[in-house]
Amino acid sequence: MKNSSSFRRLLIGSTYFWMAGLALVPYLILLGASFLERGEGTLVSSHVTSANYLHLLSPTVFSMALDSIGLASVAALLCLLAGYPFAYVLAQSSAKLQPLLLLLVMIPFWTNSLIRTYALVMMLKADGVVNALLLAAGLIDAPLQLMYTPMAVFIGLVYTLLPFMILPLYAALKAVDPRLLEAGRDLGAGRVQNFIKITVPLTMPGIIAGTMLVFLPALGMFYISDILGGARSMLLGNYIRDQFLVFRDIPTGSAASVTMTLAMGFLLLLYHLASRRLGKEMLQ
Amino acid sequence: MLPGWTVAGKYRLKSGEVPAKSFFWEICGLNKAVVELNRVCKDYGGQRALSDISLTVADGEFLSLLGPSGCGKTTLLRLIGGFEDCTRGSLLIDGQAVDQSPPEKRAVNTVFQNYALFPHMTVFDNVAFGLRMAKKPAAEIDQAVAQALELVQLAGMERRRPTELSGGQQQRVAIARAIVNKPRVLLLDEPMSALDHRLRKQMQKELKQLQRTLGITFILVTHDQDEAFAMSDRVVVMQHGQIEQIGTPMEIYEEPVNLYVARFVGDINVLDGVIREQTGPSTFKALVEGAAVSLKSMRPLSLGQPIHLLLRPEDFRLELEQDMAESQDLSAKFQQARLKGTVRRIFYHGATYDVEVALESGTRVQVTEFFDDDSENLYFKPGDSVALGWHEGWEVVLPHEK
Repeated sequence: MKNSSSFRRLLIGSTYFWMAGLALVPYLILLGASFLERGEGTLVSSHVTSANYLHLLSPTVFSMALDSIGLASVAALLCLLAGYPFAYVLAQSSAKLQPLLLLLVMIPFWTNSLIRTYALVMMLKADGVVNALLLAAGLIDAPLQLMYTPMAVFIGLVYTLLPFMILPLYAALKAVDPRLLEAGRDLGAGRVQNFIKITVPLTMPGIIAGTMLVFLPALGMFYISDILGGARSMLLGNYIRDQFLVFRDIPTGSAASVTMTLAMGFLLLLYHLASRRLGKEMLQ
Repeated sequence: MLPGWTVAGKYRLKSGEVPAKSFFWEICGLNKAVVELNRVCKDYGGQRALSDISLTVADGEFLSLLGPSGCGKTTLLRLIGGFEDCTRGSLLIDGQAVDQSPPEKRAVNTVFQNYALFPHMTVFDNVAFGLRMAKKPAAEIDQAVAQALELVQLAGMERRRPTELSGGQQQRVAIARAIVNKPRVLLLDEPMSALDHRLRKQMQKELKQLQRTLGITFILVTHDQDEAFAMSDRVVVMQHGQIEQIGTPMEIYEEPVNLYVARFVGDINVLDGVIREQTGPSTFKALVEGAAVSLKSMRPLSLGQPIHLLLRPEDFRLELEQDMAESQDLSAKFQQARLKGTVRRIFYHGATYDVEVALESGTRVQVTEFFDDDSENLYFKPGDSVALGWHEGWEVVLPHEK
C-alpha cells in the first residue's frame, strides 16, 4: 500500500517536474525577455522596457496579424467543410467499420508533419503526382502552377490539421441521440431539416472545439506557408521565427510570442465558456 | 327514414339527400377504420419480429398493445409511425396505403418512451416544431402552442428548457408536442414507464381525459395490464410477434382465449380436469382436481377431453368445513362444485387478503377474500379445513394445452 502510493507520488511528481522544467520555466524566461532591451554582443541587456510590445503595434505587424488570422480562419472553415461530412459518415457507419476509419484518420499522425509537408511538395510541384495525373487524364494541357500559391498553403494546412477537426466532430455526432432525429421525422421534418434544426445545433460544441483546434495551430504553423507558399506573405509564425533565428532580436520575438499566447488563451477561455453554456443545455 | 331526422344532433338529412358513408358507421355505433394492417410481417435479418398481424383500429378508439418485452408491440407501433417497413402485408391509414411514406408524411405523431425532447430548444420551440415544419403562420403557431400547453397544464412554462423540468412535466411536453399537430392517430410508446406509481396513475387519468376531449385515436404500447385495462377501449394481447387476443378489457380478463392471455392479465388459478358428461347445450359435468363438478362453457367439448379450468382469485367461494356442516344454506351454494383443501398461508393486503389453499390433489390455489364488516379478525387461519367452490358461470374452460 505504502509502496504503491509512493510510486504514484513519483509518477505525478515527475509529470509536474517535466511540465515545470520544459514548459513553465522556458515560458517565464520568454516573458522576462520580452520586457528587456536587445543587448550588444549579448542576447539581451538588463534594461527593463515595454518598447517591444509597443513595437508590435506597428501597421506592418498589425496587417501581418490580420493575414494570419485570415489564413487560419479560411483553413478552419475548409477543415470544417471537409471534416463534417467525413465525421458524419464515420459516426453513421457500422460499429465494425468505425475503428478502421478512425485509424485511417490517425495514421498520418505517425509521421512527422514537416516530412509530410515535404511529401506534399512532391505531389504539388510542376512535375509532381497531381500534375502528372491531370496531364495523363487529358484534363489539362500544361502543368498547373500549384506550388507557391495560397491554394498550396491551404492544402497543406487542411491536410495537416483535418484530424483535429474530425475527432471532436465525431465525438459530438456520436453523442446525438438518434431518437431525437426520429422525433424530428415524426414531427414532419425531412432529413435536411432534421440536420439543420437538430444535428447542427446539438453538435455545436464539437464544431467550436474542432474550429479552435484547427484555428489556433494554423496561426503559428510557419513552416507550411514557408515550404508550400514560398514565404511570400509574412505570417505571425514566420515573423516570430525570423525575430529569433534571423534577426536575433530575442526581446521582440518574445513579446510577439507572449502576445500570441495571450490571444490564444483568450480564445480558449471563450471556447470554454461557450462549451460550458452549451454543455449545460445539452445535458438531459 | 323521416326527413329532418337527426342522429346525435350532428346529421340532419333533407329528403332526397344521400347520407355520407360515415353516417351509417355512426348510427351502427361503429366508427370507420383509421388504421388497417393486413397480414403484416416484419423480419429483422431472418428473425421474425411480427408475423401475420391483421388489425383494424377505429376512429377515435383508445387501443392498447399489451405484452411482455420482445413480443413485437413496439415494432408494431414503429411500423405505424413509419420508422420500420413491412416485410410483407399492407398498412393503411385513412384508407391510403402508406407503406412507402416516410414518418414525416404520415398524419401520425408519437410520444416516445424517453420523451425525446429536443434539449437545445425551449418548451415552446419543442411544441412548435411540428407546426413550423408544416409552415404554419406564426400567429397560428403561438395560439396552437398556448392551447396545447394549456391542455397538458403547462401554461407559463414556455421559456423553460426540457432539462429544467421534472419527469412528469417532460412527459406533458412530449404529449403537447405531438397533439398540437392534430394527428389522426397518436402513438404512445410506454409513455409512463419512467414515472413513479402515483404520477403514473394520475397521468393515466389525464391521458384518458385528453383522448376524450380531442377525439384522436390513441394507440398505447404497454407491458402493464392495469394501465392497458384502465385506459383502453380495446386491448391487443401479443406474444412472440403474434396477436393472441383482441377484445375489450372485460373480454380479455373474463374470457381469455388461452392460458397465455389468462396468465398475462392478472393472477389466475389453473385447475386441471377432464370432461365426463354433457348435460345441456353449454353445460357439462367434469372431474376437476379429483372432484365432480358442473361447468358452463360455450366451447364445443367432447367426452373425455382434458381441460384447464381458469378461475381468478376473486371468483372463488371459500368456507370452513365446520361451518358447512352446520348450515344447509351454505352447503347449497357449493352444489355445483365443492373441492376440499387446507389453508396454508394468509397474505394481508389492506382491503382484501389472499388465502393460499392446498387442495387434496396437491394443487395450490390463491383465493382473494374481502374483509367481513362484522369481524375484526381474519376469518381463516393456516391449518383450517375448507371447502372451495366458485360463483356459478364465472369459470373459464379451455382445452388442455401441453
